[in-house]
Amino acid sequence: MKTQLPVAIAFLSGVLMIGAFFGTGEVLENISTEALRYMSIVAGFSILLGVVSMTQVSLGVIRRRGREWPYKIILVLCLFTMTGFGVFQGITSHTVFDWLFDNIQKPMMATMFSILAFFIASAAYRAFRARTVEASILLLTAIVVMIGRVPMGQYIYEDLPAMANWIMMFPNVAVQRGIIIGAALGAASMSLRIILGIERTYMGRG
Amino acid sequence: MDALINSIGTTSVMSILAFIRIDRLNALVLLVLFSVIVLYFIRRAIRGDKLYIRQLPGLQAVEEAVGRATEMGKPVLFIPGIGDIDEIQTIAGLSILGLVARVTARYDTPLLVPVLYPMPMAAAQEIVRESYIDEGKADQVKPETVQYIAGESFSYAARVGGMMMRDKPAANIFMGSFKAESLLLAETGQTTGAIQIAGTAEPEQLPFFIAACDYTLIGEELYAASAYLSREPKMMGSLKGQDLVKIILVLVLVLGVLAVSLNVYPEFIRDLLTAN
Repeated sequence: MKTQLPVAIAFLSGVLMIGAFFGTGEVLENISTEALRYMSIVAGFSILLGVVSMTQVSLGVIRRRGREWPYKIILVLCLFTMTGFGVFQGITSHTVFDWLFDNIQKPMMATMFSILAFFIASAAYRAFRARTVEASILLLTAIVVMIGRVPMGQYIYEDLPAMANWIMMFPNVAVQRGIIIGAALGAASMSLRIILGIERTYMGRG
Repeated sequence: MDALINSIGTTSVMSILAFIRIDRLNALVLLVLFSVIVLYFIRRAIRGDKLYIRQLPGLQAVEEAVGRATEMGKPVLFIPGIGDIDEIQTIAGLSILGLVARVTARYDTPLLVPVLYPMPMAAAQEIVRESYIDEGKADQVKPETVQYIAGESFSYAARVGGMMMRDKPAANIFMGSFKAESLLLAETGQTTGAIQIAGTAEPEQLPFFIAACDYTLIGEELYAASAYLSREPKMMGSLKGQDLVKIILVLVLVLGVLAVSLNVYPEFIRDLLTAN
C-alpha cells in the first residue's frame, strides 16, 4: 500500500492532466484548474514544514554547541524577526518588514549576483584555452561575441556587432533548440515512466 | 451496406473528435506514437532482449567520486537543483539522489543535501532514509543530512558556498534545474578542488557547468541517469523508445524544412509542426 498508493495517485493525476490538456470538456478543465490551485495551497503550507525543519536543526546545533552554533543563533533570530514583523505589521511599504527587505536582503542578493561577473571571468580564463581545434573555434567565437556586444566593438570593426548577433541568432539558437528538443523528449519519457509507475526512484525505491 | 458502414464510421470518428481539441491533435498523435514506441521497447526489454545504451562518463564517475570522498574522509555534496517538486528536473535529480545515497551508505561516506524548497526536502529525506535502510545502515541516517536552506536562490547559493568552503566536500554533484546561481555554486566548488559532476536541462546554464565541472550531463542525459544507473530493463527500454522517437522527429524536421524551402505545401507543414 505504501508503494501502490503514490503510484496510483501519480497515474490518476497524470491521466487527468493529459485529458484536460487535450480534451474539450468543461468538467476536466475545471478539475485540472482546481488541482493546480490545491497544489499552490499545499506548497504554501509546505513552507511551514521547511521553517519547522530549519528551526529544529538550528536549535539542536545551538543546544549541543555544535559547528557554527553562533551563526545558527543569528539565523533563528533573523527568521523570527522578519516573520514577526511580517505577520503583525504587514508586508506593505513603509513597514519594518519592507525596510529590512529593501535595505538588507536586496543588497545582499545584488552582491551575490554581482559576484557572477568575477566568476564568469575565472571560468572563461580556464575554459577558453586553444588546446584543440574545437577549443580554438570556441575561443575565437567568444572573442567575437564579447567584443561585438560592447559599444567599443563597432569602433574596432564596424561589422563586429552584426557578426556577434549572427552567431547568437543562428548557430547558438540552433544548438539550443537541439538541446531543448532532446531534453523535452527525455522529460516526456520520464513523465511517462512516472505515470505508468515504472520509475519509482523518486520515492526512494530503486 | 457500404454506405451504412461508412456513415457509422464517420459518425464514430466525428463523435470522438468532438471531445478532442482539434488545434492540439498533432501533439496528441505525437504523444500516442511516442507512448506506443516506448511501451514496445519496454516490452522487448522485459522479454530479455539486450538493449545497447552508450556510456555516460559523468554517471560512471559518480561511484569514483564517492570513493574519492571516502578515501579523503570528506563528505559528498548533492544538490537536486533549485526547482520545486513540480519540476521534472527536480524529480530526475531526486531519482539520482537515491542511487548516490546507496553508494554513500555502502562506503560510510557523509552526505550533505541542501535543498531550496520544503517539498523536495521532504522527498529527499524519505529517499535518503530508504536508501540507507536498503543498505542496512538505517542507524547512520542523520537529520542534518538533508537541510532546508532558504526560499530564495541567492541566499541558497551563499549558504551552499559557505558549506563548500568550510566543510570542503570532496565531491559535488549538481543534478536538476538551475538558474543564475549555477556558476556561483560550480566555481566555488572548483576553488575547493572537489570533483564535480553536473547535469541539467537548462540550455543557458550548461556552458557554466561545462566550464567549471569535470563531467556534465547535457539535457536528456539527466533524465536518462536514473535508468542508466539502475540498469532496470523497463527503464532501459524507455530510453531506446525515446531515441527512436527523436530520430523520427529529426527526419520530420528535415523533410519539413526541405518542403517549406521548396514551397511544397508550406502552410500545411507549418500547421502540422505548430504546437498550440
